Amino acid sequence: MHDFTEAFKFIGRDGQIPGAPPLPTLVHLTLETLKIAGIGVALALLIALPVGIWLGHIHRGSFVAINLGNIWRALPSLAVLAIGVAFLGLGLDNVELALIVLAIPPIITNAYVAVDEVDRDVVDAARGMGMSGWEILRKVELPLGIPLIFAGIRTAALFVVSTTTIAALTGYSGSLGDIINNEASYHLPGVIGAAICIAALALLLEFGLALVQRALTPRGLKLTEDPGVTFAPVAATDVA
Amino acid sequence: MTVLLAAAHAPVIPNFGNPSSFACERANRLFCSDWVSHNWSTVLWPALRQHLVLTLIAVSLGFVISTTLALIAYRRRWFERPVLIVTSILYTIPSLALFELLAPSLGLNRTTAEVALVSYTLLIMFRNTLTGLREVPDEVRDAAAGMGMGPLQSLLRVELPLALPAITAGVRIATVTVISLATVAALIDNEGLGVPILTAISNEVFKTELIVAGGMAVGLALAADGLLVLVQRWLTPWARARSA
Repeated sequence: MHDFTEAFKFIGRDGQIPGAPPLPTLVHLTLETLKIAGIGVALALLIALPVGIWLGHIHRGSFVAINLGNIWRALPSLAVLAIGVAFLGLGLDNVELALIVLAIPPIITNAYVAVDEVDRDVVDAARGMGMSGWEILRKVELPLGIPLIFAGIRTAALFVVSTTTIAALTGYSGSLGDIINNEASYHLPGVIGAAICIAALALLLEFGLALVQRALTPRGLKLTEDPGVTFAPVAATDVA
Repeated sequence: MTVLLAAAHAPVIPNFGNPSSFACERANRLFCSDWVSHNWSTVLWPALRQHLVLTLIAVSLGFVISTTLALIAYRRRWFERPVLIVTSILYTIPSLALFELLAPSLGLNRTTAEVALVSYTLLIMFRNTLTGLREVPDEVRDAAAGMGMGPLQSLLRVELPLALPAITAGVRIATVTVISLATVAALIDNEGLGVPILTAISNEVFKTELIVAGGMAVGLALAADGLLVLVQRWLTPWARARSA
């Protein structure tokens, strides 16, 4: 228990160790973690969202979209980072590339399933009202697919934050994982303190994104679905 | 932690075996087949075996716990929400953090690794099993009761078999997730495919070891995933016709 009390004191001192030269502050490392993860998720969204939504809209490529999600689960993040380091060397490039590789599949799979599975009758009704394909996508399929699309983004975001901290093990410094990788300077309370910060960051992020998802979901959908804020969303292919 | 500290003091030229020349290793080329053949039986194969053992223990324990929880929640609805909240929080905590949070109280050993790995399987298998059971049509349940089956008989002979596709899907996802996370477990428990990866990083980024160990982790996960798909088909031949 002593180590845990010391860990909270370490957090209280913003990651500094009395008597030691100044270290990067916890606030700084947290922001860096979010920045690295944010760039990864943003780039993955830029690539994956249009592809997934478009494939769902034209109802093509289900094999690729679904199996991508399955293969993705089989990619250990530490292994992907390690292989990336071997080919690209240590650095932000390698980390971001690994993050993008790991974030794209859940976004594509969920976006595909979300748009593909919108009730055909609803789409037909929209077409009957004279909507063009683009209008159907924008006014019908996307609003109805939002919960599932966003669930994919949340899964990806959480996975990316987790992987960003693991990147410290492969020698990339600049995230909260650095502290865990450097017990020699930070000692055990520092390592536990950093672990607490990482866990809190992930839980807050997850909760925040759950709230955003609720705000984005059209009011009509909320009437029929569980109103509670659900944690740790299911990927579209999770439940058979 | 101990792994990394120990590795930090390791000699610059690590477990290269004893081939007559280290030319490939010294140049740190992408793939030195000599190194792989010299270290297969001493480093790589043991790591793969440990990885499998870690995974099998975690998935089996997780399966027992989550199935029990799911069966309780199936009978007592109020039980679902608290279990979901606790298991989702466990699932959300990044692996690196969870391992380090458990290590001070449980020690740097396999038990700690297993506790963390099991905690990641609970949400997945609980949710899948419960969904599978709930999706059994009411008429089927009524028919079972009409044939004179009691609740236990109906559960064992009708409801669980019908939930099997969802249950095996849960086992499949949990297995692959554990294989992935067990690489990070090397940080607190000196075994599994994470060990050669971390060693290679601290030995001036030794590329061959990174690629081979990383590739083995990916390969193991893909193989396990494929194998479980086959098991799933074999257990539930009726599901194939429906969802092919």
